[in-house]
Amino acid sequence: MYSFPILQAEETPNIISLKQPHIQIKDLHVVVEGQEILKNINLSIPNNSVTSIIGPSGCGKTTLLKTLNRLLDDSKDVEISGSVLVNGEDIYAKNAEVTHIRKKMGLLSQKPFTLPMSIFENIAYGPKIHGEKDKGKLKAIVEQQLRNVGLWEEVKDRLDSSATRLSIGQQQRLCLARGLAVEPEIILGDESTSALDPISTQIIENLLMDLKQRYTIVLVTHILRQARRVSDYILFLYQGEVIEFGKTEELLLHPKHEITKQYVKGFIS
Amino acid sequence: MDRRIVKDKLVKNSSALLLGFMLLVVLLIFIGLILKSQPLLESHPLGDILSKSVWAPMKGEFGFLPFILGTVWVTLIALLIAVPLCILAAVYLVEYAEDRLRNMVLPLVNVLAAIPPVLYGVWGVLFVVPVIRDVIAPLFGLQISGYSVFAGGMVLAVMIFPIMMSIMVEVIQTIPQELKAVSLSLGATKWETIQHVILKKARPGIIAAVVLAISRAFGETIAVLMVCGNIPKVPNSLFDAGYPIPALIANNFGEMMSIPLYDAALMFAALLLFIIIFGFNLLSRLILNKLEAPH
Repeated sequence: MYSFPILQAEETPNIISLKQPHIQIKDLHVVVEGQEILKNINLSIPNNSVTSIIGPSGCGKTTLLKTLNRLLDDSKDVEISGSVLVNGEDIYAKNAEVTHIRKKMGLLSQKPFTLPMSIFENIAYGPKIHGEKDKGKLKAIVEQQLRNVGLWEEVKDRLDSSATRLSIGQQQRLCLARGLAVEPEIILGDESTSALDPISTQIIENLLMDLKQRYTIVLVTHILRQARRVSDYILFLYQGEVIEFGKTEELLLHPKHEITKQYVKGFIS
Repeated sequence: MDRRIVKDKLVKNSSALLLGFMLLVVLLIFIGLILKSQPLLESHPLGDILSKSVWAPMKGEFGFLPFILGTVWVTLIALLIAVPLCILAAVYLVEYAEDRLRNMVLPLVNVLAAIPPVLYGVWGVLFVVPVIRDVIAPLFGLQISGYSVFAGGMVLAVMIFPIMMSIMVEVIQTIPQELKAVSLSLGATKWETIQHVILKKARPGIIAAVVLAISRAFGETIAVLMVCGNIPKVPNSLFDAGYPIPALIANNFGEMMSIPLYDAALMFAALLLFIIIFGFNLLSRLILNKLEAPH
């Protein structure tokens, strides 16, 4: 059976000692093609924990996630107002440098998108871009990150073969390792297990729960059971508004709002 | 039998027959060319024809090397100019340009493809040749007429631009947004993403576009003929005149019956062109098939 890697304390260069929350969102409004997708979002996402964003389709979950690392920048006809503070720094400030912001966040998308290169290069790509030229160090990074996601033993003999040869579950773990290789502080997951089989899903979920010791994790999911399994906090979004935000059990067992109650019971989806 | 069913069968069979006829025409051209060039192949060994550089039909010497190399020179120059420009222009249109600009430029590019070649030839004679004669060649201390493989390559570059461009734009547009997002979310800049991800992913498509452009360039006749000098000698520099294969056929077709074996030689030139272009089209088709195949 699959054994989960134990993360060593010395491997944690970016332990979060900040008192302030990693991510703070203030008065965030997002308008896409004239439609207000996110309305007046005010949030502080707790450090070193998993926060799941849930809500019916089209409620703005993914948009909210994308505003966190400015991935909406390239989309057309998008207006964003308000601010998103990462470590107290407004990423939507005029002088904010976008590559630097994105480096702080690893993104795990819905389907695994491997880069058109080898397994090794997929992971080395990020560190290389940020200036790491030393081959020995790159090798060390690749091995460490592959071990982190439990993929090393499976691929160590074929690091030079194309990443597309891996199974979907392996590819998704590779994508996670690739994101971790640039030493982010935050992991963003956009329905990261929706394309995976149950076993791969479980592997990814367990990885995320392990990783929260070192990272602040924000997940978008449409599976309530998954949110219950992995998250410490749940954010319920409905029609672009935050309806409820709280600890997982509290929100699921004792929802305060009628809409949340209906969603949790499965009346709206 | 019911008249309606008879009609249906008639249409089905007759359209299949017509399709067969059309394919047969291509096959017949191929066979015709082989038969017609037979006299030359019987009296001269194939190796000699392809490798000798003396072209003197009156003396019965038919060396095709100047024409083959003339074609290669002109095509290579055209590619060297057009391919990098095309790739960058396509990347700009897809990745940077606003929708409005893209929607304006793409139809325009297709219009460029529809301009008759003779107009490009006239442009070459009136503009490219004088520029080479008066501006570019003097930079190298040369006094030439301007009619050269360089002029041919420049004109050809402009002519193959539209087809390459529209294929490349299409190829780059098919690259999923999410893949770009992966690179960007790792902190790569847009240019790094283009270099390492987009162009890499688009490479098979770009190669196919180039191969298609090559086969177009090989066959282009009139525009090149008007500007490249048409002297049957192997070109040694950019500013030498050249004589591509299609130009050879077009220029001498009228007098081919007057000299023995001349007609067979021109037919052999046509056969050569046919095989080259057929081969390149096949190659680009194979690459495109591989590209479109589900992974």
